[in-house]
Amino acid sequence: MQKTGFRFLGQSWRFWAVVVLIFLVAQWVIMPRMTEFRKTAWVMFPCIMAGLCLGLNLIFGFNGQFSLGQWGFYAIGAYTSAVITYRLGSRISLPIHGMTFQLPGFLQAIIPMSEVSLFHFDLGKAALLLGATLAGGLLAALISYAFGYVVLLRLGSDYFGIATLGFTIIVQNLLNNSDKVIPETKGARGMIGIPMLTSFFWVFIFLVFATVVMRNLIHSSVGRAIVSVREDEVAAQAMGIDVLKYKVLSFVLGSMLAGIAGALYAHLYAFLSPAYFGSEKSFDPLIIIVLGGLGNMTGTIIATFVWAVSLEGMRIWLPMGFEAWRLVIYPIALVLLMLFRPQGIMGRVELGFLKAPKWARKTRDAVSATGGGKEVTA
Amino acid sequence: MTTCPPTGPVVLQINRLCKNFGGQVTSQGIEGGLWAVRDFDLTVHEGELAGLIGPNGAGKTTVFNMISALISTTSGQIAFYGKNLVGLPPHAITQLGIGRTFQNIRIFPRLTVLDNVCIALHPHAGYGVGAAVWQGSGFDRKESALIETAQELLGIFNLQDKQDEIASNLPYGEQRRVEMARALAARPKLLLLDEPAAGMNPAEVRTLMESIHFIHDQFKLTILLIEHQMRVVMGICEQITVMDFGQVIARGNADQVASNPRVIEAYLGKQGGKPGRRD
Repeated sequence: MQKTGFRFLGQSWRFWAVVVLIFLVAQWVIMPRMTEFRKTAWVMFPCIMAGLCLGLNLIFGFNGQFSLGQWGFYAIGAYTSAVITYRLGSRISLPIHGMTFQLPGFLQAIIPMSEVSLFHFDLGKAALLLGATLAGGLLAALISYAFGYVVLLRLGSDYFGIATLGFTIIVQNLLNNSDKVIPETKGARGMIGIPMLTSFFWVFIFLVFATVVMRNLIHSSVGRAIVSVREDEVAAQAMGIDVLKYKVLSFVLGSMLAGIAGALYAHLYAFLSPAYFGSEKSFDPLIIIVLGGLGNMTGTIIATFVWAVSLEGMRIWLPMGFEAWRLVIYPIALVLLMLFRPQGIMGRVELGFLKAPKWARKTRDAVSATGGGKEVTA
Repeated sequence: MTTCPPTGPVVLQINRLCKNFGGQVTSQGIEGGLWAVRDFDLTVHEGELAGLIGPNGAGKTTVFNMISALISTTSGQIAFYGKNLVGLPPHAITQLGIGRTFQNIRIFPRLTVLDNVCIALHPHAGYGVGAAVWQGSGFDRKESALIETAQELLGIFNLQDKQDEIASNLPYGEQRRVEMARALAARPKLLLLDEPAAGMNPAEVRTLMESIHFIHDQFKLTILLIEHQMRVVMGICEQITVMDFGQVIARGNADQVASNPRVIEAYLGKQGGKPGRRD
């Protein structure tokens, strides 16, 4: 499996070329044809949610630790970054004036714009969002490390799930009263005035990086150690795997993704309310990863988009006056899917670069040549 | 078979090992409960193939579980090459060089055969989270070396064609071989085999005995083996310790043990008929 030539995060230039192509097509061909509402609800928000769900899948799907804490770390990332950009947003600005191209007529059929701006953005705002997002992710990671180390040391999976639900409720209550300490969060009334910095570019990069990092981690020795904890903790220990270390590692990495996702969410809608970060919504990521298939990255990404598009889409597709029925159809669909496809949409099947690398089987000759020696049959 | 006097350094030294389940700790010690293991002593020298036998419920697996720290030790000492093991976490004991298999097979059922073996190689992978995420050339080299080692181990047990199969889909005998390959992947100096012949027919037992001899020689291993079928132990073990009701009732080579009246009474049955199981 030696790869040569250009590689970034283990992927060839072909992979990254396809990623850039997908971005360009989405940005210039698909998105301009969508309304603002659909751009946000069907494309940008699901990108954020998919990253968050990949993180939860690492914790629950791959490592086997039932967690409802993802939503709490999502809130931590959102509020941390929002407070930073709220305070600094009006001061930092460094616009870069790029080039604007007139599009020839035949291209306008594909790209529905008369002119396209390249390299036309605010470097200061980009750096601010990046910094605030990383700060949100880092704080989520730190808190999850402290929480995870104390709780995972003592509690098995189901009990851990209840403890993490408690964590999410604590976070929500703290946010309800946070205006006593940080006035600009405005507590239970909800935080307004957050700069709208999240663009399709940022959520796309987040999803790509979250996916590639997860893929690389899972298809490595570290990933096998993480999965072994899910499969049989006792056997994993007996094979020399430090079970606690890999539980904490998965929990911290998953929570960090939640923190980053939260930061992007905060700057997407420019409004944060503690009500949104309540324990009820904390089941959404869990539903998504079970729909997609536990321990399946392709499934998580597909399920997020299916979930987001169908849930919001039903507002449009259902006949007038029947919109409320979506909350009947949605749970029934969940019940039916669990009855007829409990392993999720994708089951065990990963697609494309998310597939496990294939290792050539050794032939018998090769074994004896390398000193494998005598073969034993039973 | 030959019995040479034990030579070489002591690999495993167990002194007055006790395990009590469910007892109350009082100022006078532990009251009540069940003494699964009581004052158990064992010395295993380098290169030995030692056997630990006894009827069902004698406490053999409990001893194994205390050595590998899967259950806590009530009292007593366990030393591995002079290093105290009591109080260490299980993964640290494995990393020191004690590998094991389980009485009820404990392979990772939903993973491939190759992944099963690779997991045991993880402490020797030589790269961490950073390299795994970055996947540079160093990662490629170490990962290929790891896979190659795993494939060689599978080759020894004639499982190289099964590497991509889901482990739980294999027949019983092959699952046992996967477990042995996995135990060897942890690079043990001392291998603990818990009833490796359980559920096997006589032909399978014969080839299993061959493979145990083979890995014993090939990997310069010290092996401690639990068995309750006398036939298996008598055939391969140089030093045999017999347990009953948590205590050692006899030790010696196969002939000495087989002729010991306490063993015959506790284990083989009073009539002195064919060696068999008490249960």
